[in-house]
Amino acid sequence: MAQISTPAQERSLWDRFIIGLRNIAPIYIVLILLLIGIGTQNPTFLEPAGFLNLLRRAAPLMVLTAGQLFVIVTGGFDLSGGSLMSLTVIGASLLINNDPANTWWAILVLFGIGILVGLLNGVIVSYLNVPSLIATLGMLLALRGAGLYWTGGAPRGYLTDNFRMFGRGWLEPFPVIERFPYAVLVLIVVSAAAIYLFNQTNLGRQLLAVGDNPRASRLAGISVEKLRIIAFVLSAITAVIAGILQGGFGGVNPDAGEGYELQAISAAVLGGAVLLGGRGSMGAAIAGALALEALFTLLNLLGLPKPLRDAVQGLIIIGAVAYAAYRSRRTR
Amino acid sequence: MANAEEPILEVRSITKRFPGVVALDNVSAQFYPGKVHAVVGENGAGKSTLMKILVGAYIPDEGEILFQGQPIHFSHPREAQEAGISIIYQEFNLLPERTVAQNIFLGREPTRYGLIDQRQLRRRTRDVLKQVGAEDMISPDAEVKSLSIAEQQLVEIAKALSFDSKVLIMDEPTAALATHEVEILTRLIHKLIEQGMAVIFISHRFTEVFDIADTITVLKDGQYVATAPATEVTPSKIITMMVGRELDQYFPRLARPEEIGEVMVQVVNGSNNKLHDINLTLRAGEIVGVAGLQGSGRTELAQALFGVAPFTSGQLTLKGQDSHVKSPNAAIHARMGFVTEDRKAEGIFPNQPLNDNILVSVRALQLVLGRIKRNGTASKPHLVSELVKQVDVRTPSLTQEVQYLSGGNQQKVVLAKWLASTCDIFIFDEPTRGIDVDAKASIHEMIRELTQAGAAVLMISSELPEVIGMSDRIVVMWDGRISGELPAGASEEDIMILATGHREQEAEAAVETAV
Repeated sequence: MAQISTPAQERSLWDRFIIGLRNIAPIYIVLILLLIGIGTQNPTFLEPAGFLNLLRRAAPLMVLTAGQLFVIVTGGFDLSGGSLMSLTVIGASLLINNDPANTWWAILVLFGIGILVGLLNGVIVSYLNVPSLIATLGMLLALRGAGLYWTGGAPRGYLTDNFRMFGRGWLEPFPVIERFPYAVLVLIVVSAAAIYLFNQTNLGRQLLAVGDNPRASRLAGISVEKLRIIAFVLSAITAVIAGILQGGFGGVNPDAGEGYELQAISAAVLGGAVLLGGRGSMGAAIAGALALEALFTLLNLLGLPKPLRDAVQGLIIIGAVAYAAYRSRRTR
Repeated sequence: MANAEEPILEVRSITKRFPGVVALDNVSAQFYPGKVHAVVGENGAGKSTLMKILVGAYIPDEGEILFQGQPIHFSHPREAQEAGISIIYQEFNLLPERTVAQNIFLGREPTRYGLIDQRQLRRRTRDVLKQVGAEDMISPDAEVKSLSIAEQQLVEIAKALSFDSKVLIMDEPTAALATHEVEILTRLIHKLIEQGMAVIFISHRFTEVFDIADTITVLKDGQYVATAPATEVTPSKIITMMVGRELDQYFPRLARPEEIGEVMVQVVNGSNNKLHDINLTLRAGEIVGVAGLQGSGRTELAQALFGVAPFTSGQLTLKGQDSHVKSPNAAIHARMGFVTEDRKAEGIFPNQPLNDNILVSVRALQLVLGRIKRNGTASKPHLVSELVKQVDVRTPSLTQEVQYLSGGNQQKVVLAKWLASTCDIFIFDEPTRGIDVDAKASIHEMIRELTQAGAAVLMISSELPEVIGMSDRIVVMWDGRISGELPAGASEEDIMILATGHREQEAEAAVETAV
């Protein structure tokens, strides 16, 4: 078969570099600017240890955002992620019951609960035709209630060290920088898996297709219902992982994941995802989560109190969506 | 009482252009009080455009409209309605969650001390319902969604009467009605014209046109053909006026007998809630054209074959094997492809790049966790660029988002999608709608190449020249049934006789006289 040349293949390497530079997601530039801003306030953050610490703190949100993006590109939301994180922390403390030997099967049970929650979300949205916003809002409340009921109102016990290792432990010794946080290791593995699934497999392309045009997807032979369910299950799995990291970092706290679902949606939007589906980038969404965490850090370094940080976050989300709408209007 | 000699509404030399098409070309017509005036013509003849111009939904590019002898310039249907010209579309303009009274007096509710006067609202609603003879049938407080289609139509008519309309326009008023409901409507229309109203209606159903109308106007391709009193013409004469144009387009040659091969699709007594007793055979190497007016079940036939809304009874055989195509996925597994009528809603993924658009169906047959090839499949890594070349998509790159391509190029992308999944049974629904002339000819050429390569093609089209020019056989649909089959080169007249159910009515008449 003769090689058929197309204009894309005729472009020189330099042209493609320039085009690539122009197509780079703006969030990466925002992220670099934020990191520079942090560096000017406190240069230790940009040293390897300081930067790894920033990543460690950002890891739960970055992992949760990766899962959230799978749902967002199909045109849905998953609001239950944050309370699933909380339930994971509460569940871990109760299941482990202060005995380190229980940690491993407890983690398996927590993943089982997560997958069940994801399946439920997916089935409710796909087969009962409940809009995902409502279905997962209901799930958010149900999980929060279940968590409180399980603890009997107040959390008991503590989390064993072998469980908390994932969130706050360090891999030692480590070449060059002496020690490396486990949380960042988990983050790298999850991000790599998410980017692979999203960019390299049929799954990613089909999720985008479903979000872009569900009718055409069905007519092209895609099982729209099955794909939506898979997206919610992936989102729930990342919520359990985020919960394990957050529990390790912060200890037992029944509100460990509160607000995380909205931050994850914000992060995905900052990364250029379109809330009606069909458009999104995994790398940029994860970078969006890091940028959000970097922003909080910067506002903290600048001495802004927490309520003001929340307000700034809200304004930034509105600004990001308005900017995306402005850009898509201009290209049309 | 108005003078029956003077038209109440008149259009003079109306021309209306849309991008790429002249919808109405220098059309004139007069409408008289106390008369029922039917406007007939094929799909795309300009009937609906004319009606929309009468009520100000469209502004004509040229020509004038006279109402009661005065030139008028409506800029919104509301203005026409207040002046006394009401229109009832096929899709009613009613709010389903509101009551009958709220709908009829929407936006002009009687008030008292600044609040809605419920008692007066009900009383006035009962008055207009009485005028349409529905006061015992429909309560002013009934929610519109609880009413039948026929009752909703009566509410629409009552609404028109509440505006003191002098002209009532109805688009396909009988399309959704049962026989006895048509009789009720006919009686009501007669009552309205006795009161001096002018009624204008569009219909594809010749029985009703001849039962109800005093005058018939025929449009063809946006041009005025003739106006005649209903008593002086016959259905076949009207059909002759509706059709009959030169075949000026070039079409690829028809299939040679030796090119037609085995039976690929066979339907025996296929039925579902929209289709009745479909019997259809489709062979390798042939194009079977499907003609029929809007609502005749053409698209439903395609959807039944492709598993979107499958047959619920009867037998479907694909390549000699009993098949139950219950979903599009099953149809694609059986190597069927469906180029849909509504490209934007059902064919393309506008925000996705060209290569993903073309590969979507191939990938739907693969494992969901299977690894993708950007521009092809594992066995054919350059599939996309080959197909882009084969169907001649004009695109700057293989990753161009499809929303930025022209309509013709988008249609070629949809075709390439089915070529990629190696289909050998193709269903085309309006393959060249909204596509410029050049792209049209090349799509016709490609469809013929498919059959020459051994595929079977079912091609649905509203454009009779396209059906006649392309098809090796023509199947005509009417009322959810196949009303007849015609050989290649059948005339437009033959098709229209079957498409309007005219032959059926002749047969019924013959039975009646025999009894």
